[in-house]
Amino acid sequence: MAAGKWLPSAQLTSSGRPVLLPGEVECSTLSSVDLECEENSNFPNFKSGVLILTTHRILWIDETNNKGAASIPLGAVTHIFSLKKSIKAMFGKPKVRFQVSAAADGRVDEKGSTSIVITLVLRGKSDPDVFYSRFWEVWRSRSWEVLNIAGDSDSRLERSGGSMEGSSVVRMPVVGISGILRKEQELWESTDKSLQDAFQDLNALMSKAKEMVMLAEKMRLKLLSGSTSQANAANDDDTGSKQEMQDWLLSVGIVSPVTKESAGALYHQQLSRQLADFVKLPLEKAGGMIALIDVYCLFNRARGTELISPEDLIQACALWEKFDVPVMLRKFESGVMVIQNKSHSDEEVFARIKSLALRPNALWTGINPSDAATTLGIAPALAKEHLLTAESQGLLCRDISPEGFRFFINVFKDIEPNNIYLVKEHGIYGTWVSATTAPG
Amino acid sequence: MQKLGDFKLPHFFNYPPYFTLQPVKDTRQKQVQLWKELILDYCRTQKIFVIGLEDDFPLFSNSAIERSLSHEARDIFLSGLVSDGRAEWMDKGHKKCLILWLRIQDWADCILRFVKDNGLEDSVMTVEEIRSGIESRGTELHGMHRTVLMRALRMLEQKGKLAMFKGSSADDEGVKFSA
Repeated sequence: MAAGKWLPSAQLTSSGRPVLLPGEVECSTLSSVDLECEENSNFPNFKSGVLILTTHRILWIDETNNKGAASIPLGAVTHIFSLKKSIKAMFGKPKVRFQVSAAADGRVDEKGSTSIVITLVLRGKSDPDVFYSRFWEVWRSRSWEVLNIAGDSDSRLERSGGSMEGSSVVRMPVVGISGILRKEQELWESTDKSLQDAFQDLNALMSKAKEMVMLAEKMRLKLLSGSTSQANAANDDDTGSKQEMQDWLLSVGIVSPVTKESAGALYHQQLSRQLADFVKLPLEKAGGMIALIDVYCLFNRARGTELISPEDLIQACALWEKFDVPVMLRKFESGVMVIQNKSHSDEEVFARIKSLALRPNALWTGINPSDAATTLGIAPALAKEHLLTAESQGLLCRDISPEGFRFFINVFKDIEPNNIYLVKEHGIYGTWVSATTAPG
Repeated sequence: MQKLGDFKLPHFFNYPPYFTLQPVKDTRQKQVQLWKELILDYCRTQKIFVIGLEDDFPLFSNSAIERSLSHEARDIFLSGLVSDGRAEWMDKGHKKCLILWLRIQDWADCILRFVKDNGLEDSVMTVEEIRSGIESRGTELHGMHRTVLMRALRMLEQKGKLAMFKGSSADDEGVKFSA
């Protein structure tokens, strides 16, 4: 193979796989790669071969011709050029260029005195950036040098002409102009490397993040397709794991794709049940009805951390319709929202209000929200709601004066417009008249 | 029972909510009805023909319970009477209301009865005489509001029951009753 003239050859197995050196590890494999050398017009055509990057060498294999492969020892690489990001480069195939030591005759030689530039043209479907960064990595790590220390000095001796003594020399010779140049380059390279490293981490992070997002998206789509095609009474296992997935998605901040019409997010379901349990005691203390805003404060205070938002609270209450819980959310005309026991009945409240309004002093002066609050055992604001509701039912009439806002039992119902002096014996009007015309 | 002069007030006049405009529809309806009745009753017995909204109309406040009707409430109740045809606004600003505790038609009938009872067919009288003359004493016509009287007379004129004519003095008109 012509490669043997310019590039060291590499051994292949019978099935075309490279024979690796001791400790050599493959890092990257690319297909359809051209290997070119600009300076050497005699350089053979290494077209569309398989390129294998290892910790020790760059191997180029012609798959159509199983007669060995060419290799470039990484130790011979003196510089890797940065990837061109010009517009011109965008339209062409990605190229990785690097400088390699060569002997005077142009043959690649680790101990060569001149250098040539090798270009890899990546024609295949590979990510040049990934290869490029790997190339840098392996070149930096200089794994082959460890090998040199360990042994195999024979091959070195062979290449250098045999007169080298001692395998303790690890570093490249630093004498001469090439030495100075090499030093400069090393300095430049180490700075560059740390920069590269930093970006490498970022790149690694970015690619991982991309993967995560893709994964999350796949799961989301899967959940969506699953929930619409399955009947509700699906396999328990399936539903379980689906719920877990939804949970997980939610915990990473992804809103559940399952619509409200189905069970709703597991998070809200659990919250809903938790809330129903929690609210039992405060509800009792508050006389069977408690304002939603109060529940919001109490609940969050009890939770300590992981506070819930007002929206979460309202959604949790809304879900109660679907479960069998003894509490319900109720909205008054005025807009005030309360949580009340399902067993709470307005009739019962009205009955209590009526008896309160029929008491002698109430017949004289009426009742106000705080009177009602005391009797009903609930907050004055809620008591007012009840009084207003009772009024709208025709049970009470309002009286607005400088003394304030009061309610009286409704006597109008009992009065006939055609006979305004008539007081029926048995009726609320009659009760009121007797109570208020009695002396005192 | 409380009295306003010699007028007997119904018990509900002392019911505080009576003086607060009720928001609930059915309750409001009842309240309006009761006020209309009371106003008409009072005006009939006291022979009041005009109510000024901003005046101290005795019915509109009850010092015993320290309540009085708001301007809005007064307007609403009087407007109720107007819609029933038992009252008329005398101005666009709803400041004065003419109360027809007898409808114009009823007044007309009164006048005809008066004419018959006193044998005034074919005779002449001034408008002023009808409402303040000796003949009208003891009848509803006595002291009636001039505007109301004029309306009733014009109605009768249209029916051909009498004829109106201008008198010798500028502000008194005469009426000739038909035979």
